[in-house]
Amino acid sequence: MAMTEQRVSYTLDSSLETIDNAEEKATRIATELGFGDDEVMQISMAVREGAVNAFERTGDNLVITIRDQGPGMDLSKIPNPLAPENLLKTSGRGIFLMRSFMDVVEIRPSQTGTELKLIKRVHGPSAGGKEASQ
Amino acid sequence: MTMKVSSRQVDGVTIVDCSGRITLGEGSVILRDTVRDILGKGNKKIVLNLQNVNYIDSSGIGELVSAFTTTKNQGGELKLLNLTKKVNDLLQITKLYTVFDVKDDEAAAVKAFK
Repeated sequence: MAMTEQRVSYTLDSSLETIDNAEEKATRIATELGFGDDEVMQISMAVREGAVNAFERTGDNLVITIRDQGPGMDLSKIPNPLAPENLLKTSGRGIFLMRSFMDVVEIRPSQTGTELKLIKRVHGPSAGGKEASQ
Repeated sequence: MTMKVSSRQVDGVTIVDCSGRITLGEGSVILRDTVRDILGKGNKKIVLNLQNVNYIDSSGIGELVSAFTTTKNQGGELKLLNLTKKVNDLLQITKLYTVFDVKDDEAAAVKAFK
């Protein structure tokens, strides 16, 4: 019986822009942290490769997986940034925004740290399509 | 594209024309330093013109909040002008639209200061 799950690299321009952004941000932050030119290039490239691998398409879902070595967090314990007492806080909106923009946001422990999974249903012209991987 | 700012005075109000991206790192730092400089010079009526700001992340939103509260704590007032749809949507989602005084006309923004 044929496999019903198809994993396809996400090759739309928007994802490439996102990867470029990830790379640029890594370059900027690494430079600000004082890494040498060679190390900045290596860090940026690692982030770019990681970002490329992070994007995949499973059926009609765009699935983005980001892993780090941090301890993670309990999503149920994150303060609500819309609560009046939190409205003027200068941080604490990142996960809220991810949840607002994506269909599914999951954080779970991985073997080496924490895995963040973002899922968005594909609803554009390519929904249901079978584009080949890059 | 990194963030760029330039300031000008209109009837005692400092208008900061911002362009580019207000994001983690340089963009947020530029905004913070700019507002701090303006307040340091004794100017307490500030308008951030965000007409050409095409992207802002959670760090940038935090920096807008910080600019707002810092100005207010020093007895001043900070307003936002000409939000792009993206920034406007973010302020709606985060309910900060109810906190900021948002204007879409520069003359009206200047006039609105007490």
